[in-house]
Amino acid sequence: MGELTGMTIAEARDRLRAGEVTAVELTEACLSAIDAADALGAFVHKTPEIALERAKAADVRIAAGDAPAMCGIPVGIKDLFCTEGVPSQAASRILDGFVPGYESTVSARLRDAGAVMLGKLNMDEFAMGSSNESSVYGEAVNPWRRGNDDARLTPGGSSGGSASAVAADLCLAATGTDTGGSIRQPAAFTGTTGLKPTYGRCSRWGIIAFASSLDQAGPITKSVRDAAIMLGAMAGHDPRDSTSADVPVPDFEAALKGDVRGKVIGVPKEYRMDGMPAEIEELWTRGGSMLKDAGAEIRDISLPHTKYALPAYYVIAPAEASSNLARYDGVRYGHRAKLAEGDGIVEMYRKTRAEGFGHEVQRRVMIGTYVLSEGFYDAYYNRARKVRALIKKDFEDAFADGVDAILTPATPSAAFGLGELTDADPVRMYLNDVFTVTVNLAGLPGISVPAGLDRMGLPLGLQLIGKPWAEAELLNTARALEDAIGFASKPDRWW
Amino acid sequence: MGIDIDTARRVARLARIAVEEESLPGLAEEFNRVLAFIDELEEVDVEGVEPMTSVTPMRLPRRGDEVTDGGAPDKVTSNAPDAREGFFTVPKVVE
Repeated sequence: MGELTGMTIAEARDRLRAGEVTAVELTEACLSAIDAADALGAFVHKTPEIALERAKAADVRIAAGDAPAMCGIPVGIKDLFCTEGVPSQAASRILDGFVPGYESTVSARLRDAGAVMLGKLNMDEFAMGSSNESSVYGEAVNPWRRGNDDARLTPGGSSGGSASAVAADLCLAATGTDTGGSIRQPAAFTGTTGLKPTYGRCSRWGIIAFASSLDQAGPITKSVRDAAIMLGAMAGHDPRDSTSADVPVPDFEAALKGDVRGKVIGVPKEYRMDGMPAEIEELWTRGGSMLKDAGAEIRDISLPHTKYALPAYYVIAPAEASSNLARYDGVRYGHRAKLAEGDGIVEMYRKTRAEGFGHEVQRRVMIGTYVLSEGFYDAYYNRARKVRALIKKDFEDAFADGVDAILTPATPSAAFGLGELTDADPVRMYLNDVFTVTVNLAGLPGISVPAGLDRMGLPLGLQLIGKPWAEAELLNTARALEDAIGFASKPDRWW
Repeated sequence: MGIDIDTARRVARLARIAVEEESLPGLAEEFNRVLAFIDELEEVDVEGVEPMTSVTPMRLPRRGDEVTDGGAPDKVTSNAPDAREGFFTVPKVVE
């Protein structure tokens, strides 16, 4: 079982095409692994009937000889994606019972490419969180532990279920979404690869909206090659999303030459933070040396507005969320509160939203309402949008100076214990995204690659940031880094 | 700019979220922590900077003003907590 579910997409594709394994066998192995892994809380809606039906269809296509790369590959889908006939509730009580009559563009593209959906994956409620603790389903748990300590650790968030499932070999890959780091931080915490594409690369249609100017779907996989294969199936222009870019989708896998000779890799001094663990600093330096050994030039650069990225994000994202989440009114879908005698429509809204939204979502909707309210719009919202323009310009200046990609740590720490930050100041949780959020504000592609283990035995990740629409080049650089690092560790199975 | 209990009550009302009176002081305190963090933006010189409206420089696409979908009231109302005869129902709005 482990042998099959532990495969990469690339290995599985080749073995499926060679007739050494069938999509049904692969899918059955994943379904068994999922059923044995309830302790991880990763899969929250299992869809074995759909999976087996699609696996059978995939085997027919593979036998016919013209199946695309994702055909017959078992994947998990984050609960944020609307999937036809399958509950899709963004891990929120307010969407309890919601069953879409349509399929998101990204999951439809995967389905049409022959990918096998195993079920829906846990996440933070409405993708607002960095620990998967704000989910109505309960926490997702990281398959990694600190040595022999059995303390339960977070897989990160918001795509915590996706990262946990891929790291534990419950599926070959999973979809995630990333608004401030929600693909890259969980990937770093679980020893997996997480790619956030350029804003507009993947359609947002049918993905439950959090902050529309920042949200972007991407893959969480077991290798850089798999990220390239899966992104190719997810990406592409969609007239139903007005921000979806009408640009060609290159063959990302074909671009993986692993040759970075002559490339300029920027190392931004502002990412060297006080209190950052020495191990992360060392891994970062070692990553740079490896790329240098592979022929790249390492250059110190400055991105001067970096420290203002998180404060700008915590104006812009809640503002957009307060607008997007206004649709949850107890009228069209999901939960409606029981009303008292004489309650009018405003009471219905207020009670429904108080019961349906969890604490963090309520807090962000209210912060967003505040920064958009009369008298504060200019001081907060407009100022944040100006700072966002400056953050984007920092990157543009670096690229204009000849930098091809930027190397940073993915997170300021390894995975922390579930519950460790829940009662703390909310800002401490927000700091998880300090290295990733700049990339969303600037609309750039970013990838987290496993870089090694800390002294407790937990994975740490390095992030590479690329130019807009240059995912192919970014993946190629990431492939060179992955190759030099040679990360091959797996969590010991305890679940 | 600190948030007092009255402001917290007003924001909760604007956001259409019912908050119990006894929860307001705690809520105001949480808001103030987040706002203290956001207030760092005041240090940035934004003179002459245009607020960003779109992260990728692109014109919003246009299409013909034509019906492209629809005619499925049952499907549209299938997830409603209370729908009757192809309509969403709500408490009485007009007296």
